[in-house]
Amino acid sequence: MLENVFQCAFRARNFMWLLAVTALTACGPAPVAQGINDPYEQTNRNIHQINLAVDRNVVRPVSRLFGDGDGFVLRRAKNFAGNLSVPGTVVNNLLQLRIADAGQNTLRFAVNSTFGLAGLFDPAGTLGVAPKPTDFGETLHVWGVGEGPYMEVPLVGPSTARDTLGTAVDLVINPTNLLPEPEVYVGVAAKLASRLGDRARYSGTVDSILYDSADSYAQTRLLYLQNRRFELGKGKPADAATGFVDPYEDPYGQ
Amino acid sequence: MDNDFSQLSRRRFAAGLALGSVALALPLPLRALTVDEARGLVDRVVGDINKVINSGRSETAMYGDFERIFSKYADVPVIARSALGVAARSASKAQMAAFTKAYQGYLSRKYGKRFREFIGGKIEVTGAQPIKSYYEVISMAYLQGEQPFEVRWQVSDKSGKNLFFNIIIEGVNMLASERAEVGALLDKRKGDLDAMIADLQTAI
Repeated sequence: MLENVFQCAFRARNFMWLLAVTALTACGPAPVAQGINDPYEQTNRNIHQINLAVDRNVVRPVSRLFGDGDGFVLRRAKNFAGNLSVPGTVVNNLLQLRIADAGQNTLRFAVNSTFGLAGLFDPAGTLGVAPKPTDFGETLHVWGVGEGPYMEVPLVGPSTARDTLGTAVDLVINPTNLLPEPEVYVGVAAKLASRLGDRARYSGTVDSILYDSADSYAQTRLLYLQNRRFELGKGKPADAATGFVDPYEDPYGQ
Repeated sequence: MDNDFSQLSRRRFAAGLALGSVALALPLPLRALTVDEARGLVDRVVGDINKVINSGRSETAMYGDFERIFSKYADVPVIARSALGVAARSASKAQMAAFTKAYQGYLSRKYGKRFREFIGGKIEVTGAQPIKSYYEVISMAYLQGEQPFEVRWQVSDKSGKNLFFNIIIEGVNMLASERAEVGALLDKRKGDLDAMIADLQTAI
């Protein structure tokens, strides 16, 4: 009897939660922002200089230890870290009411955690079940929260107010945080290795943006905002997100 | 969302931009471009690029192949003028000619280096649509060890020939990036166009 009451209460609570989420998503996503909203540019530029110094003195030299960033061991670390992040992704899929994406990610997690030997391999990907990445920043977007000012976060890099909040929330809501002590650290180490591996793998591109640009801050900002808006806009024409001008119609882009 | 620089690069930004420098000019009679023609152009460019990236030639040789493709088929004058932005209005004819020439070499070197990242990959055209006065051809790039990503090619016949004038990789717009970069280069030289032209000839 008591059990039943609890069960009912539990269900009701879940139902209320679902209602709340439905209500939020019913408002529709925020319009994808245009232009550059950077009221804290000077602060951001100072942080950019710090991030550049960290990259130049620590991240880039250390990443060189990973060779081309595509070795067998590194791939396993990358897959492992990626797999551990999937439960958090599924939480966000659900909060966005993107049930098909949640299902696809759950299937990936089930297949890769078992047949993929705890996520070291990606048999799901081989079978054509592609990842459906998302994050709490996107969840906020789906709930109608605007982009907010651009910001560069120390040690993290380019972001917006909304995405910074999203990143912080993602750190907290990932269910794999609940793993016992040693396993949690293995996950963190794998993630760190996978990040450094990416820095090595894309060093040519990253270096050209950070060190060969006349204004690496402006290039990083533009790149981040355009790419992020593209992700959130899901297939909308590129013009809408980037404020592109036709060079034949308006040769000087005024 | 991982917001670090590596994540940005995962979008293969610069690698894709390299492709953007490539354009196909067909000596078609002067008439309006159609969706099928725009698509056909990209099919042919993509075919050429795929041939080069899978030719097994040395990287240096491929770099030369791509640079040749770029210099032959890109609508360089329009890209250059757009990248220069408002400064192009006050530039003299001679300055524009000098800038366009220097900028073409600069673009070739800057993005040509990136082509090696496409070795062993392929690009497939998936669709085309008219947008305002030009066409956008949509393709997917499949690179080794990467999730496929979208590359959009913008094609126009306004120059009298069918040419690419822009490329957009997962939302990242080559012309927009170039406008920001050239603007910054000019600012650094306090708006001195001649100084920038001189520097572009040796940059990268």
